[in-house]
Amino acid sequence: MTYELIPLLPLASFLILGLFGRWIKAQAHLVAVPAVVVSWLLSLLVFFDVANGHQTSFPLYTWLTSGSLDIHIGFAIDRLTAVMLLLVTAVSSLVHIYTIGYMHKDPGYARFFSYIALFTFSMLMLVMADNLLQLFIFWEAVGLCSYLLIGHWYDRPAACSAATKAFLVNRIGDFGFMLGLLLVWYSFGSLDYHEIFAKAHESAGDMINILGPFGGTWTVSVSTLICLLLFTGAIGKSAQVPLHVWLPDAMEGPTPISALIHAATMVTAGVFMVARLAPIYSLSPPAMTVVALTGGLTMVVGATIAMTQTDIKRIVAYSTVSQLGYMVMACGLGAYAAGMYHLLTHGAFKSLLFLGCGSVIIALHHEQDMRRMGGLKDKLPVTYWTFLVGSLALAGFPLTSGFFSKDELLVAAWSSGPLGQFLTLLGLVTALMTAFYSFRLVFVIFWGPSHVDPHHADHIHEPSHTMTTPLIGLAILSIATGYLGIPEFLGPMFETSTGTPAHGGAASIVIMVLATSMSLIGIAGAYYVYVLNPTLPDQFAKKWQTLYQGSLNKWYVDEAYDRTIVRPTFSAASELWKHVDVALIDGAVNGVARAIAWVGWVLRLTQSGQVQHYALGMALGVVVILTVFLMF
Amino acid sequence: MTVPLFYYLVLSGIVFLTGVMGVLLRRNIIIILLSVELMLNATNINFVAFSQYFHDVAGQVFVFFALTVAAAEVAVGLAIIVALYRAKSTINVDEFQLLKW
Repeated sequence: MTYELIPLLPLASFLILGLFGRWIKAQAHLVAVPAVVVSWLLSLLVFFDVANGHQTSFPLYTWLTSGSLDIHIGFAIDRLTAVMLLLVTAVSSLVHIYTIGYMHKDPGYARFFSYIALFTFSMLMLVMADNLLQLFIFWEAVGLCSYLLIGHWYDRPAACSAATKAFLVNRIGDFGFMLGLLLVWYSFGSLDYHEIFAKAHESAGDMINILGPFGGTWTVSVSTLICLLLFTGAIGKSAQVPLHVWLPDAMEGPTPISALIHAATMVTAGVFMVARLAPIYSLSPPAMTVVALTGGLTMVVGATIAMTQTDIKRIVAYSTVSQLGYMVMACGLGAYAAGMYHLLTHGAFKSLLFLGCGSVIIALHHEQDMRRMGGLKDKLPVTYWTFLVGSLALAGFPLTSGFFSKDELLVAAWSSGPLGQFLTLLGLVTALMTAFYSFRLVFVIFWGPSHVDPHHADHIHEPSHTMTTPLIGLAILSIATGYLGIPEFLGPMFETSTGTPAHGGAASIVIMVLATSMSLIGIAGAYYVYVLNPTLPDQFAKKWQTLYQGSLNKWYVDEAYDRTIVRPTFSAASELWKHVDVALIDGAVNGVARAIAWVGWVLRLTQSGQVQHYALGMALGVVVILTVFLMF
Repeated sequence: MTVPLFYYLVLSGIVFLTGVMGVLLRRNIIIILLSVELMLNATNINFVAFSQYFHDVAGQVFVFFALTVAAAEVAVGLAIIVALYRAKSTINVDEFQLLKW
């Protein structure tokens, strides 16, 4: 019963708020918060249960059975699920509480709570799934919630287009995911995790001719194809290059959503999926290489863009892209436990950073541009100190959770071979950039002279307790998750699929020292540039004009998509509208109507209105009929 | 000596044609109505004649029905003619052509 209640409580809260929200209105949190907090406590119970070695997997409800196709909703509770449950419910609970303060004057208060409850439910079902179809259903459901919540302020055009963009970009990835799902069903005849893992091992070397239906020949390995197709879904959901473009735009949504969905939970679904399907991925080295390289590229691209942005939420968003790159890269190198570890610590400190941004934004009356901030350290002490903790963790400062997880990740990556060593070096460079941009945020927002709009400057104050308490909670988690022994906890999950990464040795110490120094150099660099010499950034921008412009304009990815996909689609649609819809289809419909009208016009000439003419017609008709009848 | 069937049929045919011509050619609606009655009576003659010829009384019974219907029809028809006259102050059928294009 414990297992069922975890997702059902948020579902109940969604139903109550969705159906009766218009009457509950400002009391919505009285429904939503207890529901999710109780499911957090239950998740803790499950976590300790699993830690004591109690793992289980059971079907809950059979949806339909047809031949060998058996679709059911079921739960698989193991170590991976347990930690994800904790992450989702913990962050969700704190975000629920934060929302009370952040959204309290919003007309869509109850609607907002109902959507985040629905999201929490979907995400919990996603991580607890025991088959791929259930994973996919709730994979789509969290995408839907993301769409609804990005477009929460639906009267803002920017929010609407950001929501549409997120949905469309995700659809591209999900299409690949669906093809992967079909191929799994086609090749293994089942969608249950334990069955497909067993079958995948038996048929590891199977090939499939994907051009068969078209008469061609192009045989590829089944497991590689499945992995690549499923990974397409992860590219969309986890905002990897080249489908990362939706995540920064998603920041148009309310900040609690950015923290919950677009940093801590939903975007990690792709990483979770790869880790969950580790037994299949491990069978396909080419697919693993693609995963690792995509992650590595995303990591660098995200970090380089984050260096120059000025909207604080976008900086944190690109940082999320970059950190997701780390996790995907680790999974691609077989270091699933390290990837998941980073996912968990990142979930804590990144949602902390987002909520901190939200608190700054509220204090400055919805100002998001960092050039109009500064000197907030004394006015927002709680926000400042918690934000500092989050930034330290993000930068990988020693003894924070980010330090442990990033270190674990890079060591594991290094020990996985030449590709891993190359990517580790990239990861170290990215760590330097990460430290730099995260402390750029801290120094520009909280230190230095104030550039705040004078209208608001004198009444900046710390937000209410409902907003500061989650900040403190997450700050504690940002430190504590480093000491919970998560990699050791998750390790046994992945031992069968890969050998335990070789720990210790000189390499790991060297990497640890390097990573730490990268973090310190990055922080010191940011201090030098933004505190000691505030004119330096402009000089740098002038000196490396091309690089600066490229990074500021997000490497022109959006523009490239606009030229190659969006605009051709729009103009093709417009041509089709004018020449096919209007000319051909409307022409045909109107033509038929016009022809009938013309025939009617001709026929009505026979109507004289004289009763006797009609009588004559009848009489002649009788004569004709009689004649025919009598003569033949 | 009985009158042969053929004579009845010729008489009936003449009366029927007179009725048809009256309906098609006359302009006064009352005359048209009378002509319709002529056509009905022509059929009645036929009914009675065949009834006698076949020694079957059903034909004569049928005539009573036809007469009843004719009486009802005249009542309705005259009522319509009165209404038409009130509307247009004429009973010339050429004046009534509202169903024209």
